[in-house]
Amino acid sequence: MPRPFVLPDLGEGLTEAEIVKVLVQEGDRVQEDAPLLEVETDKATVEIPSPVTGRVAKIHVQPGQTVKVGAVLVTFDEEAGRGGAASLGTTLARSAPPADHTTSATQQAPAATAAAATRGSGPVAATPATRRLARELGVDIHTVRGTGHGGRVSDDDVRAAAGGRPPASAQPAAQPVAPERPATRKPLAPVGAEAPALPRFEQWGAVERQPLSHLRRTIAERMTLSATLVPHVTHFDRADITELDAIIRRNVEPARQRGVTLTLTSFLLKAAALALREHPQFNASLDPAAGELILKRYCHLGVAVATDRGLIVPVIRDVDKKPLIELQGELAALAQRVRDGKATLEDLRGGTFTVTNIGALGGTGAVPIINYPEVAILGAARAREEPVVLDGRIVPRVLLPLSLTFDHRVADGADGARFAAAIVRRLERPEQLLLEW
Amino acid sequence: MVMGDLVREVDVAVVGGGPGGYSAAFRCAELGLETVVVDASRRLGGACLWEGCIPSKALLHVSAVLGEVERAKEFGVDFGEPRIALDALRKWKAERVVGKLARGLAGVAKAKGVEIVGGLGVFEDSRALRVEGDEPQKIRFKHAVVATGSAPSPLPGAALASDRVMDSTGALELSDLPERLLVVGGGYIGLELGQVYTALGSKVTLVEMTDGLLPGVDRDLVQPLARHCEKLFVKIRLGTKVTSLHEQGSQIEARFGEGDTVAFDRVLVAVGRRPVSAELGLETTRVRPDAHGFVAVDERCRTADPRIWAVGDVTGEPMLAHRAMRQGKVAAEAIAGRPAAFDTVVVPAVVFTDPEVAWCGLTESQALREGRPVRIAKFQWAASGRAATLGRSDGLTKLIADADTGRVLGVGIVGPGAGELIAEGALAVEAALTAEDLAATIHTHPTLSETLMEAAETLLRPT
Repeated sequence: MPRPFVLPDLGEGLTEAEIVKVLVQEGDRVQEDAPLLEVETDKATVEIPSPVTGRVAKIHVQPGQTVKVGAVLVTFDEEAGRGGAASLGTTLARSAPPADHTTSATQQAPAATAAAATRGSGPVAATPATRRLARELGVDIHTVRGTGHGGRVSDDDVRAAAGGRPPASAQPAAQPVAPERPATRKPLAPVGAEAPALPRFEQWGAVERQPLSHLRRTIAERMTLSATLVPHVTHFDRADITELDAIIRRNVEPARQRGVTLTLTSFLLKAAALALREHPQFNASLDPAAGELILKRYCHLGVAVATDRGLIVPVIRDVDKKPLIELQGELAALAQRVRDGKATLEDLRGGTFTVTNIGALGGTGAVPIINYPEVAILGAARAREEPVVLDGRIVPRVLLPLSLTFDHRVADGADGARFAAAIVRRLERPEQLLLEW
Repeated sequence: MVMGDLVREVDVAVVGGGPGGYSAAFRCAELGLETVVVDASRRLGGACLWEGCIPSKALLHVSAVLGEVERAKEFGVDFGEPRIALDALRKWKAERVVGKLARGLAGVAKAKGVEIVGGLGVFEDSRALRVEGDEPQKIRFKHAVVATGSAPSPLPGAALASDRVMDSTGALELSDLPERLLVVGGGYIGLELGQVYTALGSKVTLVEMTDGLLPGVDRDLVQPLARHCEKLFVKIRLGTKVTSLHEQGSQIEARFGEGDTVAFDRVLVAVGRRPVSAELGLETTRVRPDAHGFVAVDERCRTADPRIWAVGDVTGEPMLAHRAMRQGKVAAEAIAGRPAAFDTVVVPAVVFTDPEVAWCGLTESQALREGRPVRIAKFQWAASGRAATLGRSDGLTKLIADADTGRVLGVGIVGPGAGELIAEGALAVEAALTAEDLAATIHTHPTLSETLMEAAETLLRPT
């Protein structure tokens, strides 16, 4: 029986996805869990596996197309007794390999089985060209009744068995090279305020129009949403991390022997997570419709990662509960997955607060935009050795500039200052970090 | 920048430049995939071109010419004793045959934009190869094709490291003409090279472990060849094992079974070939060669690792260049997303001896063993006009057909030119033709190809 397969609910904030690649062709037989399509959401490139074992009767989408959750992607002819109401939610979160030219990984497997089943009656009575036609049409030639002399299977027999389907090679998916993504000229989602029309820049010189990538578009939309919706306020502070810096330097080698490269970011995460325990209103989301603040009893921190495709914020779970070395290892692996484009949706959602460390790129400070619907974000710039007056003497100290940007609807300047101080205290007295976990 | 740091990204990396490898690479390139071939010798052609099919056929042609010259005496034509200039022969083989074809392949590679990287390709994982050697680099690939082929097997239990003990590669170099040559192995390589050395003047003794030449081939096809070899060779010892080889001065003493010891000037070991799959770093991928070293592939030539494909000798028997070439094309098309499959029914085989032996599809002995209901037609070349004009009536053409439908399931031919004639048989089996199709197709008269038509006609007569 035909079974439509729709784009499943991808979770919070994700209502649509762009089809990157169709990995099967009409007529292909696929096994349950074999990859069907690659889609790019605003968070990751995801391989969508087949929920059933069956034959792909129709493909409703094309690469480059953006589809909404609930839209039909593929119709299957299901094989009897298999599948049923397979849920995709559990199987969706898989890492997707980078784009390549392969189509279905499984389309030939059933043919091999069938060949084994009919062995003994000799090879199928058809020419190589007819056998190829059968493969193209997704017909198992061993099951075709040959009408020719001595049971010979003709092209017409194969076509009849295929029910007059057009050859699969006519489908765009059969092209060896992934088709160019069509330049979509779709407006960004409106956020209330309407931007005035742009002037004609051509009157001052030549211009070039570049379509936004799906990720760029998503970043643009979300930043606009956050900046427009949330009254941002930023509190600046500096942490004297001379001691912490020495600890990190001393432990770089021991950590490396355990396979971990120690960085300041993991300490920032830890300090923020512990400070959030004291200041839960920053580990929250605002529900304006209900007039309620939703406090989260978990502490999953987002970490901004710059990739060549754009900014992505993967999430580390339960930062408050994890030993630092484990945190550091997880952070490195996650950042690598993100840079490789292999992050799963699970890697990218569920965050409660975000840390962005732009120190590696220099600068003396930055005011990040809150990662909506979170309510606060901690920014760190480059730590530098600076002259500091201490007990009447000028001494060199390592200072880390911090900025805490938060939603003024949720907290006030004094709350922000206290929260920032709680973070600074932990960074300045690393033994506190030790005592708290 | 250090050369070792060079990382290049390609769609397809082919490891091994033999017939399987270059066929895959060329087809990949035609399909728009960026492709490199990694080959230790930095050239295309592999064992087939450089140390196998091609040089051996060049020498067998010489051997055939010498055989014809000898037979011409029957027609009253005497050229006298042939004089063989070994240097000129080696040069012709290396430059006019192998060299010419090698330049042709290199030209095709260039025209198709396939780059050849010199060095040993070692997998680092399922996405990357490390190239060791003169051009060290790292290649990241979307797909890799393992086409590393096979190498001659050493003599089990009696291996001896000596210049006088050669494998097929060494024998084809023709470094000198031994007075007395021992050929170990009565398979196609031993028979072909035994005949070459005989034609050039060596006295050849051949030993075969089993009780017949060309094990596995129908006896009636082997018989005319065996009879001819008995005349050519000093001695053929069947059911005999070489239990030891000893270098004694400028000769090699070979012990046969538990019995006698005979001295030879050189020994050719031709006891088979084994796949090359070790030291490729395959353990870093999901590919696991079996106990013999073969890499299992599915119908599309894909290994257990979804990004790694394999073609040719490394994937199993029969280890033949034309099978590798077809597999290479299948793998390339599958990589490009086309619905390709190696669903080939027949891989024809040819022994290029005098007379030639060729077969494809089902053999008579296999049909008997499996109890398949078949009908068998044999046409002796003694009744062929063309064979008579060639002075060669020792051939045989055999058809094996389905008893009910008359469908041709196998063909076997022995006689001069069998290697060319078998193509029609392969087409008949692969395209599922019936004996009637062959019988009703006009074959040129007088040719040896008529023997196929004649054999088919005998199948149509009521039994």
